[in-house]
Amino acid sequence: MAELRDLYQEVILEHAKAPRNYREQGAAAAKAEGYNPLCGDRCTVFINKKDGVIEDISFQGNGCAISKASASMMTQALKGKTLEQAEEMFKSFHGMVTGHKNEAGADMGKLKVFAGVSEFPARVKCATLAWHTLEAALHGDHEKVSTE
Amino acid sequence: MTAQAAAPRLTPTPEGDVARFDIERIRADFPILGESVHGRPLVYLDNAATSQKPNAVIRAIADYYRYDNANIHRGVHLLSQRATDAYEGTRAAAQRFINARKTSEIVFVRGTTEAINLVAQTYGRAHVRRGDEVLITAMEHHSNIVPWQMLCEETGAKLRVAPINTRGELLLDEYEKLLGPSTRIAAISHVSNALGTINPAKEMIRMAHARGVPVLVDGAQAVPHMRVDVQDLDCDFYAFSAHKMYGPTGIGVLYGKSELLEAMPPWQGGGDMISSVTFEKTMYNKVPHKFEAGTPDIAGVIGLGAAIAYMESIGVDAIGAHEHELLVYGTERLAATPDVSIIGKAENKAGVLSFTLENIHPHDIGTILDQEGIAVRTGHHCAQPVMDFFCIPATVRASLAVYNTKEEIDALIQGIERVKEMLG
Repeated sequence: MAELRDLYQEVILEHAKAPRNYREQGAAAAKAEGYNPLCGDRCTVFINKKDGVIEDISFQGNGCAISKASASMMTQALKGKTLEQAEEMFKSFHGMVTGHKNEAGADMGKLKVFAGVSEFPARVKCATLAWHTLEAALHGDHEKVSTE
Repeated sequence: MTAQAAAPRLTPTPEGDVARFDIERIRADFPILGESVHGRPLVYLDNAATSQKPNAVIRAIADYYRYDNANIHRGVHLLSQRATDAYEGTRAAAQRFINARKTSEIVFVRGTTEAINLVAQTYGRAHVRRGDEVLITAMEHHSNIVPWQMLCEETGAKLRVAPINTRGELLLDEYEKLLGPSTRIAAISHVSNALGTINPAKEMIRMAHARGVPVLVDGAQAVPHMRVDVQDLDCDFYAFSAHKMYGPTGIGVLYGKSELLEAMPPWQGGGDMISSVTFEKTMYNKVPHKFEAGTPDIAGVIGLGAAIAYMESIGVDAIGAHEHELLVYGTERLAATPDVSIIGKAENKAGVLSFTLENIHPHDIGTILDQEGIAVRTGHHCAQPVMDFFCIPATVRASLAVYNTKEEIDALIQGIERVKEMLG
C-alpha cells in the first residue's frame, strides 16, 4: 500500500481539500476551459499576463483529488513566472508524471509530489488537465480543451 | 463439431430449484477469477462493462480456430460446412434463447451499438421525415441516444426524451403522453446500465403499439440477468451484446420482426448479403443475410453460442435469483455505510450498485479500490444525461454477475472504508 501513499501524498490531499487561488478573474484575464470526458473533471484556468510575466493565475472547477491539487499547486508554482518558464514547467511536469526524463530541465520544486502519478497511468490525465488548460489559456485557444 | 459443446453444469429441476446453485463450481469455470491484482485476489465487480468468460466460451473459440476454421456459406469443403453449421447453430440457439419466431429474425452484428445504428440507418432513414419524432428515455446509454440524434440531424426530425424520477424510474405517464401522432419509433432500454432500473418494457411497448409506434429495446443489460421473451414483449427490435453475457467482445444480436426486417433496405453492401450481382443490378439476399455483409466474426458467433449454452446450463432464472440476492445484500450494506449515497433506487432493479461517497471523487475511489484488487467502474458510464439529472459528474458502479459472492460485497464495503481512511 506504500504505492497509494506515493500518489495521495499529504500535501496533495491538503490542496485537494483547500485549493489555493480558487477564484474567477475579470474579463481582462485570459481564460480557457478544460474537460476530461473520462471522469467528468472540469477546470477553468484564468491568467493575467503583463510584459511576458504571469502576474496572477487562478482556477475553478471540480474533479478528483489529483486534478484539484494539481491545479491548485500549478497556480502557486506559476505566479510571477515568465511565459517561457511556464512552458518549460509544463514540459517538465508532463515528463515527470508520464515517467519520462525531465528534458526541459525546469526545477519542479513542490510539484515533485506528483512524481508518484507516473505509477498510475490511468491518473495521468487527472494530473495534467489543469496544465493542458493553462496551455490553451496562454495560446488563446477558445476551443474547450479535452484530455481525450 | 466440437466448438459448441459446453458441458451442462447444473440442470435446474423443472420447478426451477436453485438450491443446487454451486457458486464454487461456477467460479471454477472462470479462469480469470484465479488472478490476483496488486497482490490481492481479484474481486471483479465491473460486469455491466463486460463480464468474464468461462472456459466453455474460451475453449469454443480456440477449438473453432484449431479444428474447424473456414469461411461460411461459401465452400463445399468439410471445414466450411462445419463452420457454417456452428455459425447457423448459434443463430438457432439465439432464436430459442430470446424466443424469436424464426431464426431469420436473428441478425448477427458487432454488438448492441451496431444493432441500434443499423435500425436507425435503415428503418429510421426509410420512415423518419422532417417534423417527425423519435422517442427515447432519460436513462439511455449514449449508444441509444447518439444514433437517433444523428438520424434526427439528417432528417430534421425531433428527439423527444421521456423523463425519470429521482429514484431513477421512468415516468410512465409522461412517456405515454410523448407518444404522439408524429412519433415514428421509440427506443428504450430494458435495463439501465448506470442505475440498474428495470423498465416496464412490455407495458411501454403496449402503449407505443396502441399508437402505431414500433419499439426498439436496448437489451444489453437485460439479457445477462433475466429471461427475455421477444414474443411476449412484442417488441419490434431487440438488441444485445455477447460480451456482457459471458461471451466474446465484438459480437451481438439484432432481433427484428421478420416483416420489418424484410421491408427494410440493406445497410452495408458486400459479399453474403447478395443473391446475384451484375454491374447493372444487384439482387439482395434474404433476411437475415441481407444485413450480414462480408465475412462475419465467425469465432465470435461460436463464442456467443457457447455463452448461451453456458447460461442455459445454469439456468437464466437461477442466475437472476443469485444476482438479486447479492443486490439486496449489497444495497443493505451500502445503505448502512456512512457517507454513501446510492444512485438509482428503483423498486425493480437488476445487478447494479451505483453510488457516490461524500466529498470524495469516484475516480479516487476507483484507484484505491483497484489497489485492494477490486475492479469497479468509475465515471459517467456512457450515460452523461443521467449524471446531469442527478447533478453529479460521475458515480462508482459495482455491477454483478453469476460468479460474484457476498464475500466480494464485503470486500467492497471494506474497500470503501479504506478509501474514507485515506481521503476522508
